[in-house]
Amino acid sequence: MSIGLEHYLTVAAILFVIGIFGIFLNRKNIIVILMSIELMLLAVNINMVAFSVHLGDLVGQIFTLFILTVAAAEAAIGLAILVVFFRNRGTIDVEDVNVMKG
Amino acid sequence: MVIATLAFYLFAGVALAAALMVTLSRNPVHAVLWLILTFFSAAGLFVLMGAEFIAMLLVIVYVGAVMVLFLFVVMMMDVDFAELKSGMSKYARIGTLLGLIMLVELLLVIGAWSTAGLAPEMRAAVAPTPDDVENTVALGQLIYTRYVYLFQASGLILLVAMIGAIVLTMRHRPDIKRQDIVEQIYRDADKAVEMVDVKPGQGI
Repeated sequence: MSIGLEHYLTVAAILFVIGIFGIFLNRKNIIVILMSIELMLLAVNINMVAFSVHLGDLVGQIFTLFILTVAAAEAAIGLAILVVFFRNRGTIDVEDVNVMKG
Repeated sequence: MVIATLAFYLFAGVALAAALMVTLSRNPVHAVLWLILTFFSAAGLFVLMGAEFIAMLLVIVYVGAVMVLFLFVVMMMDVDFAELKSGMSKYARIGTLLGLIMLVELLLVIGAWSTAGLAPEMRAAVAPTPDDVENTVALGQLIYTRYVYLFQASGLILLVAMIGAIVLTMRHRPDIKRQDIVEQIYRDADKAVEMVDVKPGQGI
């Protein structure tokens, strides 16, 4: 049987759910939470490209490029904040992030 | 055709297994390495779909830059990761439950979708895929013409992210000597060299 749109969408859906599962499972470790967010963004990218190829429309792939850009910027800023936080508090436990009493 | 099908299942299986290992592995360094494997497999999927440029972007930008950044940060921080894993089993049950519910919902959507009667006209391709050029050329022709402002804006986002990361992580430590160029330029010989008349046998 040939591989169609549904196959890619299924892979993307499972990948997205694994990302959410990772956020639940590693509630304390903010590095793994950031990695799970990257997984979810990858799932979104797979969806975008699958539909782009299915519909014969290149805009989906261009949008994927912008998603990659924003994801890279987000990872850089997130890790910078993480490094500063670790330098000040000596831990990266999410439950210790309560300075602002939010 | 059989090869393409086999390749799809190989890449998809490896990507999903590696993604699961990202969330389950005890050591964050291993998690980053599994994430790299996930991105490689996803790049393979993109190649199968015919989006070669995005696939290469994923390998070069993501595996080459972002994942190495992750790896550096994980390895440079002296964190007790075993302690962070302690509450894992507490959240595993609810996480699995919510994940399964969401997965079933998403698969229901994928399994039973149909297009409305008006859809084919409404979804007419904004930028149809040209037949005569390959994927990278076609993308370049679009990005540098119709989407040039968005392209510049994404460059601006990267610039802001770069400045933000530098500003966040730079710290001025008072115990470290830094170069002061103005002071170096305005230094003169009268102040730099002091003549001391040392008496014999006394020292300074």
